[in-house]
Amino acid sequence: MVNVFIELSRYLLILLIALYTGWNFYYLCSKNEDRRRRVVHLQNAAMFLLHFIANLILYLKSQDGRVVLFYLAQAVFFAAYLGLYGLFYRRLSRLLVSNMCLLLCVGLIMLTRLSFDHAVRQFMVIAACALATWVIPFIIEYMWQLSRFPWIYGTVGLALLILVWLVGNSSSGAQLSLTFAGLSFQPSEFVKLSFVFFVATMFYRSTGRRTVAVTTAVAAAHVLVLVLSKDLGSALIYFVAYVAMLFAATSRWLYLSAGLAGGCGASVLAYALFSHVRVRVAAWLDPWADIDNRGYQITQSLFAVGTGGWFGLGLYQGMPYRIPVVEKDFILSAISEELGAVFAVCLLLICLGCFLQFVLLAVRMEAMFYKLVAFGLGMVYITQVFLTAGGAVRFIPSTGVTLPFVSYGGSSVFATFIMFGVLQGLYILKANDEEEFALEEAKECGL
Amino acid sequence: MKRERPNPKANRSLVLFACVVTGLFLCLIGYLGYFLQTQREFVINNSYNARLDKFAERVVRGEIRSRDGEVLAYTRTGEDGAEQRVYPYGDLFAHPVGYADYGRSGLEALSNFYLLSSHTSPANQLLNEFSGSKNTGDNVTTTLDVGLQQAADEALGGRKGSVVALDPRTGQILAMVSRPSFDPNTLAEDWDSLISGDNTEAQLLNRVSQGLYPPGSVFKLVTVLEYIREYPDTWQDFVFDCDGVYEYGDYSISCYHGNAHGQQTLPQAFANSCNGAFASIGLELDAGTWRSLAGDLLFNGSLPLEIAYSKSSFSLSAESSEWEVLQTAIGQGGTLMSPLHAAMLTAAIANGGTLMTPYLIDYVESAAGEEQRNFAPTVYGELMSKQEAEILTELMRGVVAAGTGSAVRTDAYSAAGKTGSAEYQTGKETHAWFTGFAPVEDPEIVVTAVVEEGGSGGHTAAPVARAVFDAYFR
Repeated sequence: MVNVFIELSRYLLILLIALYTGWNFYYLCSKNEDRRRRVVHLQNAAMFLLHFIANLILYLKSQDGRVVLFYLAQAVFFAAYLGLYGLFYRRLSRLLVSNMCLLLCVGLIMLTRLSFDHAVRQFMVIAACALATWVIPFIIEYMWQLSRFPWIYGTVGLALLILVWLVGNSSSGAQLSLTFAGLSFQPSEFVKLSFVFFVATMFYRSTGRRTVAVTTAVAAAHVLVLVLSKDLGSALIYFVAYVAMLFAATSRWLYLSAGLAGGCGASVLAYALFSHVRVRVAAWLDPWADIDNRGYQITQSLFAVGTGGWFGLGLYQGMPYRIPVVEKDFILSAISEELGAVFAVCLLLICLGCFLQFVLLAVRMEAMFYKLVAFGLGMVYITQVFLTAGGAVRFIPSTGVTLPFVSYGGSSVFATFIMFGVLQGLYILKANDEEEFALEEAKECGL
Repeated sequence: MKRERPNPKANRSLVLFACVVTGLFLCLIGYLGYFLQTQREFVINNSYNARLDKFAERVVRGEIRSRDGEVLAYTRTGEDGAEQRVYPYGDLFAHPVGYADYGRSGLEALSNFYLLSSHTSPANQLLNEFSGSKNTGDNVTTTLDVGLQQAADEALGGRKGSVVALDPRTGQILAMVSRPSFDPNTLAEDWDSLISGDNTEAQLLNRVSQGLYPPGSVFKLVTVLEYIREYPDTWQDFVFDCDGVYEYGDYSISCYHGNAHGQQTLPQAFANSCNGAFASIGLELDAGTWRSLAGDLLFNGSLPLEIAYSKSSFSLSAESSEWEVLQTAIGQGGTLMSPLHAAMLTAAIANGGTLMTPYLIDYVESAAGEEQRNFAPTVYGELMSKQEAEILTELMRGVVAAGTGSAVRTDAYSAAGKTGSAEYQTGKETHAWFTGFAPVEDPEIVVTAVVEEGGSGGHTAAPVARAVFDAYFR
């Protein structure tokens, strides 16, 4: 009986996320504010229904009363976040808040299925982050002095990365985290943001040769330290974000091609110098040759995605726990296995929708500083999504990065909250600006 | 607020990046779709993938059937719900059908996914769900023929060895017998003794594909093909005077039991399996091209097979000694091959040079009899030209008509083949080989038989193949 319900609900969950995704792009294409508002309401309804059905299955399968309480807590949180955020910031991007909630919601569903304790922990982190990042749009709106301290962003960020490289805790061969007062956190997640601010402030001041040279040197230092810490995924994200911002600031093809050529050269060099790079590439090229060892993680991921197929096996019907670090780097494989590849593709399209929204925002921002911040953060975000998704299905070698908002991990979720907060702030800034402009125009016409 | 726009083209750059990123995501999603469409079955069926075991909780494993619909394996559910896999033919199909407990082998492993996939109607599935009973898995029909399998088993008559029969036109494997065998019905009781270190019988080994034997004179097919390629204009002028022992320097190569064949042309030397003639041919061959021909004929590499197999080896190279050359020419030396590999070479010759990929699963149907999958024959590739295949066919026809393969000579059908008596250990009887096909004009079946320590191929292995041919043409 439960199985019949799970069988049917599989398609229902896919239908809901597909509708949500469709509305996402409808919103991006639509200009009418009323229609946009209605669409977001529909999206929220779909999300709550999806959340309810998924948790019902989680409860039926686990028969654990705590799941019910946990579900209620989450539902209250999402309702409060959506409601209060909108109340506090009147001209916010509702789509962005809605997308944040959906990604968090899917992440929590999958985490509850994989490990209830981790899900609860993650939820508490999420609630704390939501509270702490509440004021970020406010700060962005009024503290435009943020563009004044390039060297603080540059040096603090770089110093943190070097610290991790020297004394960081190593996990699966890479130095990723620092432990401070009993809490472990991953500085590279936060330095991503300061790095974008650094580059934006530098290029906002000048795009002359000297500035470009100096900025490139500092950016290269960031990337180099990350490579030495064996955090290849982050190194790649910083690199892509930098080249993109450089090109956006200058529109000079010479810089873009030099950047890409430098990237290719550095990849070849890294392949020749570092054995862990060669291992990753070998596991990517032919994971089946060494299933027991180097290819283990990626083949387990492919088993998950392949067995799940387009429509998934249903929650609790697969074996996502067999993939090493499934909760972090391979959460998308778990989603694809149990909720279906269609579901996973929709999730990717929602992430892509967020990115496109950031680019649209960047296009509309007039000040170069804000333009570069919006675009840079967007590139950081989407590169990370691409690396984790591409790694999970063997489109590219796996680099060990998380899916923002969906994967387990406090630093990742906190940094993403800040990132979305900053972008939300820019959005509000722009909306206020336009309103003022419209008011002024109305006044002038009136006079 | 600063409103200057230092780079008026900035927005174009942003849009460019947005397009590139969107394109990359579409590629990623496209790749995921490609992966699911083309690799899904491979991934699901992989023995490292534990997920299929979960299917068994909700599906009763389907049946494995012979090509004429006889049940070779089915699952019996007891009144207490306990399931037992039953193999009605006992040890007869042990190797190709395999077993499903203690890991999986043979077709039980190969078709695991189909057997555990249920395509009963949705209404039935719903009914089963409410009544708490399992769905019935799909049934797999193999290319195996019960009559040929029995004929091959009887012809071996308890001796160690293997027999494989396949259809050269399609690659369908018609019979696959490996002896000694085991009874998959009593695997639970026999398992410990089967895998015990004291057991030297290797019953679990599928000798057809996993057994490696020196090919002996069967390998002269390769030697003669290389000779024809290297001497396209003069090979027909070849003559050799055989006095039973071929002396070269300090080395000597004897014919089987020291028979003196006298004056031999190439077809005669092939038909009589004259070792001296072929050893002398070996000395005239270029080791490099010979080795690459062996590679083209699937030595030292992968075979296009889905079942477990051992790779055949050809160790001769330009640095090898003359003794190794003499030995390799007559199928001794470091050369090893599996009976199935020999059958594949024979099938290519019978099929005008083109090898069809051998396969065991014909089609898959649901419990209600609706076809789910049908496996069409696939071409593996051209191992030799049509002319070369015709020349080899003529030579092999001579073996049966006027040489060592006389045991297969009959008025009922015309056969062609090659015998082999392979030395593998000094003082022991040779392994007996025969590989051939029939009818010569329009080949329908290839049979390869090996009788371990059976002595002469013509006397021991050819009659086994004859029995299978007889059963086929009856």
